[in-house]
Amino acid sequence: MKLSIEVNGDRHDIDVDPETPLLWVLRDELRLTGTKYGCGVAQCGACTVHVDGRPRRACVAPVRSVVDKRVTTIEGVSGPTADAVRKAWVSIDVPQCGYCQSGQIMSAVALLTKIRRPSDEDIDHAMSGNICRCATYIRIRRAIHQAAGDAE
Amino acid sequence: MSETATRVGVGRRNFLVTSASLILGLTLAGKNAAAGGSPLTIVRGGDASPDLFIELRPDETVAITCHRSEMGQQIWTAMAQIIAEELEADWDRVRIVQAVGHPRYGDQNTDGSRSVRYNFHRLRVAGGALRTMLERAAAKRWKVAPSSCRAVLGKVTHPATKRSLSYGELAADARAQPIPAEGEIVLKKRADWRYIAKPVKSLTVPRIVRGEGTFGMDVQLPNMLVAVIARPPQVFGKLKSVDDSQTKQVSGVVETVTLDTPKPPAHFQPLGGVAVVARNTWAAIQGREMLELKWEEGPSANYDSETFAQELMAKVRKPGEVRRRRGDVAAALERAAETVAAEYYVPHLVHSPIEPPVATAKWDGDEVTCWACVQAPQAARKAVARACEIPEDNVTINVTWLGGGFGRKSKPDFVAEAALVARAVQAPVKLVWTREDELKHGYYHAVSAQRLEAGLDSEGRCVAFLHRTAFPVIGSTFEAGADQPSWGELRLGASDTPFAVPNLQLETGRADAHLRIGWLRSVANIYHAFAVQSFVAELAHAAGRDPKDYLLELIGPPRHVDPNDEGAEYDNYGSSIVEHPIDTARLAAVTTTAATMADWGRPLPKGHGLGIAAHRSFAAYVATVVEVAVDEAGRLTIVGVWSAMDAGTVVNTNHAHSQLEGGTLFGLSNALYGQITAKQGIVEQQNFPAWRVMRMNEAPRHMETTIIASDAPPGGVGEPPTPPAAPALTNAIFAACGLRVRRLPIFGPDRRDRLAVEGAKQ
Repeated sequence: MKLSIEVNGDRHDIDVDPETPLLWVLRDELRLTGTKYGCGVAQCGACTVHVDGRPRRACVAPVRSVVDKRVTTIEGVSGPTADAVRKAWVSIDVPQCGYCQSGQIMSAVALLTKIRRPSDEDIDHAMSGNICRCATYIRIRRAIHQAAGDAE
Repeated sequence: MSETATRVGVGRRNFLVTSASLILGLTLAGKNAAAGGSPLTIVRGGDASPDLFIELRPDETVAITCHRSEMGQQIWTAMAQIIAEELEADWDRVRIVQAVGHPRYGDQNTDGSRSVRYNFHRLRVAGGALRTMLERAAAKRWKVAPSSCRAVLGKVTHPATKRSLSYGELAADARAQPIPAEGEIVLKKRADWRYIAKPVKSLTVPRIVRGEGTFGMDVQLPNMLVAVIARPPQVFGKLKSVDDSQTKQVSGVVETVTLDTPKPPAHFQPLGGVAVVARNTWAAIQGREMLELKWEEGPSANYDSETFAQELMAKVRKPGEVRRRRGDVAAALERAAETVAAEYYVPHLVHSPIEPPVATAKWDGDEVTCWACVQAPQAARKAVARACEIPEDNVTINVTWLGGGFGRKSKPDFVAEAALVARAVQAPVKLVWTREDELKHGYYHAVSAQRLEAGLDSEGRCVAFLHRTAFPVIGSTFEAGADQPSWGELRLGASDTPFAVPNLQLETGRADAHLRIGWLRSVANIYHAFAVQSFVAELAHAAGRDPKDYLLELIGPPRHVDPNDEGAEYDNYGSSIVEHPIDTARLAAVTTTAATMADWGRPLPKGHGLGIAAHRSFAAYVATVVEVAVDEAGRLTIVGVWSAMDAGTVVNTNHAHSQLEGGTLFGLSNALYGQITAKQGIVEQQNFPAWRVMRMNEAPRHMETTIIASDAPPGGVGEPPTPPAAPALTNAIFAACGLRVRRLPIFGPDRRDRLAVEGAKQ
């Protein structure tokens, strides 16, 4: 079935089963491989993207559900909040293997967009859907606080 | 910071990969080989010939080949730091080339916390050799004495005449210089280091935060197909029948391929089953769900992990085979004023790197090129050659970034699968493991049972220490029927217990294996350190002593311990026991440091407790203190964690702290939630959250780490933080509420997360 979706500001005409998860459309059709597969059941958060600015697990979002919406991936997320998050991530060297970090960053940007000065409880709430097996949680928390300070 | 497109030239193969960010190796096959051969092929650690690792380019780029796999330990950065240091390279010019799997690099198995430990000296020599060659080349051009020239940050200068030439300008001349012998190379003094032992920024992180970089899962080739495999429920189960008619109705599915059932031992062989090959990943996954398969049970169909746990516990209640002996434990137990005994159980665990195993293979005639997230590219090469019955020289293994490894990706069964399926369909194939595949078809961390017995004298001092351990062995994966704990497993926290007790004995029990047993970050140290360090706190309690003081007393006076003197065969993690002794002073020092960091002994709020554990592994020393709070309902909070590590000379101080943080939390995650169970030989956990790992809201909010400054040779860094974490946590729980956890995990997947505090207080 022919669909048209908007990803990172670009329109893409694709021909796929409308039930295909957005994750596989991004990765296999559009070659946007920054969004990762980790579990396929919305339990690890590696596939987190923004749909109309809100975090969404792309592995369980049928592509039909994002037609007429704005999809943003790690490759396209931009603006002062995203800049502050990337800067904090780099200055602290948050990632280890990095595989989950696209999702971590997308969740962090969404959190800081909603709450400019998140508390530790806010961070727990917003970030607990993103597993990091390298367990970089200490640095993720520190980087979010740092990015919140920088963005002000 | 890495190559974006590289010509690969190994043996007869030579082609250009144009994918945006594939990272590939070159410089093999003597491309840059120096005239007259290399006198550096056998230095400590391996071949230190500079052309193996370094290419100076006319544009001033310093291309450094990393022969180890990048899986988050920041090995790209560390290897480059070591070489750039001795080369006096300008860090901003450094680019990484990832090596293919090839024996000329020596050991490439990125495992056992040995990348820096084994390669530190060798890479310094390689960098220093090329620096010497650059100085000599410049001296020749200027007709001055080489000793009057100095290489500094990418330039050779002649201070007397204020002349200078850049490395790029000198590259060709330097390559024409004979490679100096090791004795001619003057390594830099520690005080002059500008990169080593400094918090140099990661070479990978700036790309990671943009979603760039190529993990195994991200490999794309023209006309590539994607496959997933339905594997037999039990290891060595056979396929009875296949009906793929529904599968072939799924849009995008191309075909199915039946794979042979392997014969024991499992080794790194594919498990067999049916591959569904499709034009995209989703079609392959959907197609697999539509397969109608009938299986013949495998030999482990009676395996029930809970029944097995009971059998294993019964085993360690009886005397085992003595593997290390000091004094006479039996007599000392007899004489003791008080005896203490405790039994511990740790379940199967699985690696679950967030990137599951994945590999891509492309055939050209009878040669195959693979791209895969492998820790051990040479083992992958062998596994592919064996599975496809072709010579190793016909196999090229390109190493991508690894989205976590933890030991899983040093077992290259998945690469062999990719090669077999790609050959069958005569097209490039990316073979994807889903999370369910990763959890159900792993190489599992061994389940283990241990019993410890001790005798205390009338002063509460430990005079007899007996440790019995039984677990299915890693050797069973490589030799059918192996059931005897190996020295290689016992050295991981059992045969090397460094306690100052007059009578000490290690005994082992045999155990059959029913799943593929493999190594997982820090391996048998996980269960051995859990039991030994828990038992120390139990002895302290029995003696009415402070657990930290009692631990220090057991570690005893400063001395070197060699288990070989007491009947053990102890190989010290492959490092020289002279260079890397078991040094009780260093173990005591990390213990004291962690205790001081945590302000051990301070008054604590009601319901709080501190626990401590210290352990040497991979020639490094780590002590961890955990503070917990337990409320009356049994809810547990990890209030703080304090860890101190002495890993000798540390190449990247910042990233060593990262490993200390992450490795400690990895251990806490295992202890809190880690459990793989099996019924009828089938692993029960399908996906997260049944297989549970620590999340942000469960991680401690407060953690402090210290890396002890040391001039000792480098020890391991990636694994040593994990072993003491679990016992520090359970010791803290005991201190907080009197509940002694002897069976892990602490909590189940149901998220009820309550400790059984009622009546726990002893």
